[in-house]
Amino acid sequence: MRMLINVPETVVADALRGMAAAHPELTVDVENRVVVRRDAPVAGKVALVSGGGSGHEPLHGGFVGPGMLSAACPGEVFTSPVPDQMVRAAAAVDSGSGVLFIVKNYTGDVLNFDMAAELAEDEGIRVAKVLVNDDVAVTDSLYTAGRRGTGATLFVEKIAGAAAEEGAPLDRVEALARQVNEKSRSFGVALSACTTPAKGTPTFELPPGELELGIGIHGEPGRERRPMMTSGEIAEVAVQAILDDITPRNPVLLLVNGMGATPLLELYGFNAEVQRVLAERGVPVARVLVGNYVTSLDMAGASVTLCEADEELLRLWDAPVSTPGLRWGM
Amino acid sequence: MLDADFFRRWMLAAASSVDREAERLTALDSPIGDADHGTNLQRGFAAVREALEKEPPATPGAVLTQAGRLLISKVGGASGPLYGTLLRRTGKALGDAAEVSEEQLADALRAAVEAVKQLGGAAPGDKTMVDALVPAVDALGDSFAAARRAAEEGAVATTPLQARKGRASYLGERSIGHQDPGATSSALLIAALAGTAEAGGESGGE
Repeated sequence: MRMLINVPETVVADALRGMAAAHPELTVDVENRVVVRRDAPVAGKVALVSGGGSGHEPLHGGFVGPGMLSAACPGEVFTSPVPDQMVRAAAAVDSGSGVLFIVKNYTGDVLNFDMAAELAEDEGIRVAKVLVNDDVAVTDSLYTAGRRGTGATLFVEKIAGAAAEEGAPLDRVEALARQVNEKSRSFGVALSACTTPAKGTPTFELPPGELELGIGIHGEPGRERRPMMTSGEIAEVAVQAILDDITPRNPVLLLVNGMGATPLLELYGFNAEVQRVLAERGVPVARVLVGNYVTSLDMAGASVTLCEADEELLRLWDAPVSTPGLRWGM
Repeated sequence: MLDADFFRRWMLAAASSVDREAERLTALDSPIGDADHGTNLQRGFAAVREALEKEPPATPGAVLTQAGRLLISKVGGASGPLYGTLLRRTGKALGDAAEVSEEQLADALRAAVEAVKQLGGAAPGDKTMVDALVPAVDALGDSFAAARRAAEEGAVATTPLQARKGRASYLGERSIGHQDPGATSSALLIAALAGTAEAGGESGGE
């Protein structure tokens, strides 16, 4: 597998150096692995800190900036960051108004953010936490680590970030983040495995002519393998899996997300099919985002995330945002 | 009685063992995880070794507490907090004593394994490190060698199990037929302990 890297050991640090060079509006601490918006702490504003393994770019570092995250903590590839990073980030962005940790529901992320929250509170920082767990492919939450956090993370970070930017207090920002997560569901499909730099070979073998349904975002295989389907057939399966779980009464936010190696040409075609299926099922779509946002290195495939949105959520979604990965209205 | 030097040699032996077995741990982590267990533990134990070589703490408790803290700071993922808690809790339970008995170590490890179970929410049979650690601390009352045997058997016995915790759990039935990498590395840690005890006071842990 050919990769555009120096050596596997330095991929995360190299990427952070490049990020610093590309985005002077961010403060990138390469050594301690913390990405912070340059004007932090912003007086009177609740701060949002997220983080997770690297390999999901632009999540999370690419979502740092006005209207979204205050700071992000990138871990090793597909490995949760450590508490030290999160405490450092919280201390850098806290204005005294408190910090919201946005945590994707994976065992490692949950344990490390829990430890970080305790340590940050010891330092006098008020911390609230919200878990993102939107992946309906994990059907048996009782006998697993629970539903994974995937595409909804973007919705949570954007909407809670907008509320914080408007000056909402910590409990309100936390409640909104929780509401967005509860109203969101995702389902993902892989057309190829991905290759981590450390291992250098694909994380699983997918024979030609087959696809993997119900994948997460760490190159882990999904729940089920099937013969290859058309974009329209995949859209049926993905949308149906989500609508088996929620029945939206309001219009939805729709994220048609690429896993990293699927071209936009295919993603737009897939979006057309997803919106066709949603129209057939009577689900109105209020806003659409198509692109590579919550990725899994070089995996080919896509995920669909729906979030049932009321007027307030739509307004916060539309609010200005200025980050490397998401930018509008400013 | 076991002194600080014994615990220093145990941690160095564990670091060497993780180095030796890193590729195997990562290979075990490929089909049911994300192929980084060996690499992540190696990073953590390298920091433990470096700190011990610079200035080893003076008591058994301090050696393990420092090692645990370093694993939490360096490893990440679930393994960092879980192994960090295992060593930190063991160290805290040993207190400030300059020497501890084998019985005290067994009691401290048992309490630490309880803390790990609570933190990760895993029970025996969930196909996790607990499946090696619980039989190991149960056997530690008999001998270090018995604990090593029990941990190794516990790790091997995870193969037919379906994972219920951690990233492997998302695979459902497809996690069956693979030995758990966390249980395997736990067995390495216990084997390093037994090896250190067998090597006795005069030879190094390396």
